[in-house]
This record gives sequence, C-alpha cells and structure tokens, in this order.
Amino acid sequence: MRETQERKNPFVSLSGLPVARLYTKDDLKDWDPEHQLGVPGEFPYTRGIYPTMYRGRLWTMRQFAGFGTASDTNARFKYLLSQGQTGLSVAFDMPTLMGLDSDDPRARGEVGYCGVAVSSLEDMERLFDDIPLDQVTTSMTINGPAAILFAMYLAVAERRGIPSDQLDGTLQNDILKEYIAQKEWLFPPEPHLRLITDTIAYCSEHVPTWHPISISGYHIREAGSTAVQELAFTLYDGLTYVDAAVNVGLQVDAFAPQLSFFFNSHNDFFEEIAKFRAARRLWAREMEKRYHPQNPQSLRLRCHAQTAGCSLTAQQPMNNIVRTTLQALAAILGGTQSLHTNSMDETLSLPTQNAVTLALRTQQIIAHESEVANTVDPLAGSYFIEQLTNQMEEGAREYFQKLDAMGGMLNAIEEGFPQREILEASQRYQREVDKRERIIVGVNDYTEEKYHSIPLLRISEESENTQLERLTSLRTRRDCAKVTEVLQAVQQAATTRRNLMPYLIDAVKARATLGEICVALKEVFGTYQESAVL
Amino acid sequence: MTVATIPLRILIGKVGLDGHDRGVKLVARALRDAGMEVIYTGLHQTPEQVVNTAIQEDVNAIGISVHSGAHNYLLPRVLELLKEQEADDIVVFAGGIIPNEDICWLKSKGVRALYLPGTPMEEIVQFVRGLHETVLPLTERIGTGKRDT
Repeated sequence: MRETQERKNPFVSLSGLPVARLYTKDDLKDWDPEHQLGVPGEFPYTRGIYPTMYRGRLWTMRQFAGFGTASDTNARFKYLLSQGQTGLSVAFDMPTLMGLDSDDPRARGEVGYCGVAVSSLEDMERLFDDIPLDQVTTSMTINGPAAILFAMYLAVAERRGIPSDQLDGTLQNDILKEYIAQKEWLFPPEPHLRLITDTIAYCSEHVPTWHPISISGYHIREAGSTAVQELAFTLYDGLTYVDAAVNVGLQVDAFAPQLSFFFNSHNDFFEEIAKFRAARRLWAREMEKRYHPQNPQSLRLRCHAQTAGCSLTAQQPMNNIVRTTLQALAAILGGTQSLHTNSMDETLSLPTQNAVTLALRTQQIIAHESEVANTVDPLAGSYFIEQLTNQMEEGAREYFQKLDAMGGMLNAIEEGFPQREILEASQRYQREVDKRERIIVGVNDYTEEKYHSIPLLRISEESENTQLERLTSLRTRRDCAKVTEVLQAVQQAATTRRNLMPYLIDAVKARATLGEICVALKEVFGTYQESAVL
Repeated sequence: MTVATIPLRILIGKVGLDGHDRGVKLVARALRDAGMEVIYTGLHQTPEQVVNTAIQEDVNAIGISVHSGAHNYLLPRVLELLKEQEADDIVVFAGGIIPNEDICWLKSKGVRALYLPGTPMEEIVQFVRGLHETVLPLTERIGTGKRDT
C-alpha cells in the first residue's frame, strides 16, 4: 500500500497543468516524430533552428546592464566584455523608457536608477564610447521610444564611419506586451504600430542584419502569466506585427527572417524546455499557414531568454544563484540563441559587479563544464517532454482561437482579455504560495529569522547631477533654430504615411532630445490611458 | 453600527514611472476580499496626483508600490505633500524593490510599513486591519456610501 502512496494529489506544473506519475508510449500514440520533430535546422524546427546548434556556436551570453550615466554603464559594458560576455544589452532608466528627458519634472528621483539615462545623441555616444559597433551585437530594451533610440544608435555608427549594413543587434520594440503586461507606452496602439512597421521597413532596406523587433513574452510571464499564456500571447503578438508589416506593403520574406523573440525561463524545468520547443514549432506552422513565405528563414523562431526575475527572493538571496542556474539550464536545453542570467541581488536593486560576474560565470560553467551543449536537443523523444511540448502547442492554439474570435490582439487588449487572464493566473499562484501548496524555499518554508545582508549597488546622486549638467550644457550649445526645424519636420512626417526613421535620425543628429521628439510626436499621435483591470 | 463594521477606505497606487503592477493588483484584490473599500489609482501617478486623490476620496491609508528604485524620493514626497495639505493622519505604507537599508530610513520619515517581494498577503491584510484601531476614530467619514472603483 505504502508504495503507491504519493506526496501530493494532484501533481501540477507551475502553470497548473496536471502531471502524471509516469509517461509511456501510450501518451504519444499518434505522435509521428517526422511530423512533430523533423531534424534540427528544418521545419518545424522543434529541435532547434540550426543543424549544429551549440556544437557550431554557443549561445550568446548577454547580460542586461545599465545604471547611472552613460559613462557609468559604458564602464560596466567594457567590464562584462572583458569577462567573456559575448553581446551587449542596454537597460534604460524609467524616464528614458517613458520618452522623458532626465530634466523633466516627472523624472525626479528616477534618473539612472533602474537603467541608464539617455536623453540625447551625446549620451548615446558616451554609452558606446570605445566599443566597436561593427564587432558587437547590441540589444536595446526600449519599447515605447524604440525608433528614436535606434535613430541615435544609427547616428553614432554613422559618425564613426561604420556602414549601417555592418550593424547587428536587436530592438525590443514590442508595444503590445507593454499594453498587456509591462505598461510602459507613449502613444495609443495604432501610432505605436506604425512606428514599429517604420523600423521594420527601414531595417529591411538599410540595416539588414538588425532585428528590428524582439517580440517578448518575458514581461507577460513576470506579470504572472502561465507558460501557456506567455507562449500564446507572445506568438499572437508576433503574428499581429507580421500582419501590420504585410499590410503596409512589405513582403513577408523581406522582414520575417529578422524577427526575434524573447522568453522567460522560469522554475518548472521541464515545462520551460517544452515551451521553447513548442514555440518554434507553433511559429513555423502558423507562419507557413498564414503567409506562405518562400524563404525558410521566415519560419524560424530565434529567441533570447532571461531567467525569471519574479522567482528571485529577497529572503536568503544566495538561493537565487541556484534558482537561476536551473532556469538557465532549462533555456539552454530548450535551445535559446542568447541568454541573460539574473544576478542574486536583483530582487533588491540593480546588480553589483560581483553579482553580475557570478551570473555570467553560471552560463560559462553550464557551457563549458556541464557538457550539455555537446548534442542538439538532448531531451527529444522523452515521453514526458514530447507530451508536454504537444500540450503547450495545443494550449496556445486554444488562446489563438479566442483571440481570433475577438478580432485580434488590439481588440483583446481593449477588452482587457490578456490582462485579466494574467491577473487571474497571478492570483492563483499567490494563493498557492500563501496556502503553502507551493513551497518557496526561504519564503514560506525553511525560513530563517536572520536577515541575510548582501552588498548592493547604490546609484549616486552625483550620477543624476552629472546627467542634468550634461543636458543643460547640450541645450545651450546646440543650434536652436535647427532643432525647431527638425522637430517640425518630424511632426509633419508623422501626419503623413512617410517612414519616420530618416526624420528621427535628422532630429537626433541636430541634438533634439528624446523628450522633445516625444512631445512633438504626442502632439500628432496623442497619448493613451489604460482602463485598469482589477 | 459599530466601528468594526465600517470598512476602511484604502487608496492603492503606483507612483512614479514604472509599470510593474502585478504586486499592487494582488494587494488591492486581497484588501478588497478582506472587506475594505479599495480605490486603485492606476499607473504612473505623481505624488501630487496620489495625495489629491487620497484627500478627495477621504481614505484612511495609502498603499504605494514602487519598483523603479525611486522610492527614496517618491515616498517622502508623498508624506511631505500630505503634511502640507494637513492630511497627515492618512497612513502611508509601501512595497516594492526596496533594499533593507532604505527601509529603516523610510520608516524614520514616516512610512508606516514596507513590504518586500515574498511577503504573504495575509501580513499586509493584517497590517491594514490593524489600522481600524488607530485610524478610523480620527476620521469623520462614516457611511459616505462611496464604492470601489
């Protein structure tokens, strides 16, 4: 009798899917490996988007970094590169993300705090000082004002004589997930979509190796969604962008190969691996079905992953190193193209240099010591993993049907549908933790009275002052008449269907600031107020 | 009607520019489920907006979420404005990504309680319930009939 007793009834995944005691060939009765898996580098890409995967090249180790002034962050970038990091990822501060200059009254107290402050081309130049833009890949998490910050990046490259077709990197230019989850936008959805299609069109012509949008599930998950919701809403957002680009006259093969995705890698090890595999398969199938691209690269879902910030605990913060390691391993076994590992102190502040080094070392140890990168998609064929991959794809398809029935994602957002689904899932999870149905080590079990103090990064007030002085100096040095002229040109172009990118590039070159350009655009585009779902 | 049956009115808000509203919404729901009248401000509020809403809505307490690191400016600013408006009987509590070192300082400035990630909801509900003893007799709002928004 005792041998059949179990610890829990039922066992469920982190996302609430039931998990059986044992998976056997009966769970994969109608499962055809040729149809469901194929081979790596080929449709439907379940096993990975490249034939050799990490045997050819390891994933890019890309730590998200940014704090204080552009010079502070430039030093952190150089340090990370010197420690073996292979790509850059810029974290901007809240004012920059919201399109506000550092000297805007609403920026008080926030300048340089959760990222780097970039208000002008000069800040962008300082940010990449002495960093060879034709040799690194740069990711920028900059959603709302993405087109403007990208214009600054292009202008910096131009001044250094680097042709734009030698630039490689990614813009997290995904506004739909902002309305759904992260809640940082500047304009209503339609003009934002127009800015996105403008950047996509501009890149396909002038910056062909750039990824003009990273369609992101990370923040949807952090807001409390399940793995299935993350998968469904993100891929559906992706299809919405493809639709928008096709509707403005772009050929799908002209831009789809450069789309990229960004997922969370959370605590439930197998569920996360299945999610990455299902994402590739579902994307390939939907793109094939909806757009019939000629170039197979238009079907490949390439992605970045970040370990789950929301899984980190302020209590016993060193435990976060272990959580992050497991989550990183899941992303790698899931076949991600690049990875950020969170630092143990990120539930308290931005990471210190020591903490971020340890996070980077975590990736290096997995890459070089665990030997998991020696073979492609090592878990394929596991009854459990394949069944879970099927479940992920099916669950996402059910959401696709609901979203189709609502008339698409913009309508669904207006109705508060994805927001509500996420809130319900987040509350379910919180109740499980509060009732101790889910054990979080150090939080609701194995707790300690002692407070574990770890060193934290402090942002100096000096950084904010330096940034404000620089901005004041820029405003006095520049040609004001020219600034007025370029801002008027931006506004004028915004009222037409012309691509805004060239106008934005001219504007930033004339030292118009981020905030000024955003004000000019808001006068044309308007602003947006959500009706909060509670 | 006994004092204990009059629901507390609580303003729950996001102050500053960050949009991380997972925690604040769960707190708002938990307080509402515990029978309190909850007014949720929505996102991106300035300290001025929050204080004005709090006074207009005649709340007993304000719960503020900050995840951007700007707590050391924004929270004292809210307290300062409440004082200026002679509304400093309104209790202020907060939560978010707040280092321990800042918690002591913020408490010394008058933030009554601060909650970090991982705090059980019940702890926050208990804290707010406890305000019944101290706060309600000070206010003169009884049975205003205002509802949740």
